[in-house]
Amino acid sequence: MDVAAAKALGAGIAVIALAGVGIGIGNIFSALVTSVARNPSARDQVFGLGILGFALTEAVALFALLIAFLILFT
Amino acid sequence: MAAEEHAIDALGQFKLTTALGPLGASVNFTQSNLMMLISGLLILGLMYFGARPQAVVPGRLQALAEMAYEGIRKMCIDQIGEEGKAFFPFVFTLFMFVLIGNLLGLLPFSFTYTSHIAVTLALAMTVIVLVTVVALRIHGLHFFSYFFPTGAPKLLAPIIIPVEIISYLSRPVSLSIRLFANMVAGHVMFEVFASFILMMAASHALGSFGVVGAVGPMVLNVLLMGFELLVAFLQAYVFAILTCIYLHDAVHLH
Repeated sequence: MDVAAAKALGAGIAVIALAGVGIGIGNIFSALVTSVARNPSARDQVFGLGILGFALTEAVALFALLIAFLILFT
Repeated sequence: MAAEEHAIDALGQFKLTTALGPLGASVNFTQSNLMMLISGLLILGLMYFGARPQAVVPGRLQALAEMAYEGIRKMCIDQIGEEGKAFFPFVFTLFMFVLIGNLLGLLPFSFTYTSHIAVTLALAMTVIVLVTVVALRIHGLHFFSYFFPTGAPKLLAPIIIPVEIISYLSRPVSLSIRLFANMVAGHVMFEVFASFILMMAASHALGSFGVVGAVGPMVLNVLLMGFELLVAFLQAYVFAILTCIYLHDAVHLH
């Protein structure tokens, strides 16, 4: 297999992690919507927590993306 | 392949060059440093001119300055407790520096200094060193009980303590990589979609259809710009709130 093809394949495999991150972010926002729907007055406190969880989960996606970039562009 | 002549140079935009002509070149003053200087001046200007009118009904600039100030102050006190007032200047400085850096980077021909791991790691290391020093000053050697949560079974100590130490040491890594990777990913996406516009419009195979089709990536890039504005604010907010959470741990030990 030539190197360019292997790089493209490797980058593709590296971003499989995004599937898990997608599930995670979906979970976070579904929980956020449910809790705000149940108790709208808690919105301000819950929203900050939700954004924090989103950012922490998104970081995992970015680690995978970073590996893909490293494979592709270096 | 026709695409080869328009190869996507996604990481070229992060290359450092010297700014301010021969004077800057002689002291290795890069455009990253220039943007940091500009952002510092912008923050000082915002706070100076925002705080000066002291109107009861604030104007736009004063409202912006007050919103940022009061928002971060409230976050500090909510997260850290009453002791948070002492750390507010530090957290506010970090937040504004990261926020203005992220936003300045979205302007054409500018440079995002937060897209360099050297910058974000330096910021994160500052936070972690401060957190450790604060914890040691307040709690003395009692600080090391942080690595073994009270109530955990003694039998599990050989497992819990290394895990807690690793998680403590990985804080600066995750804090810096989160900000840096977010910025790099956003700007690489801009670059890739901008390249798609050129590749489609210049394609011989597609002809005039390509020029019309190039509107697609163009629209996507505009939408991405809106998303990146959100990300720029969100990452600054997350950086500040995580700093607050770490400081809370240092002040209260769990």
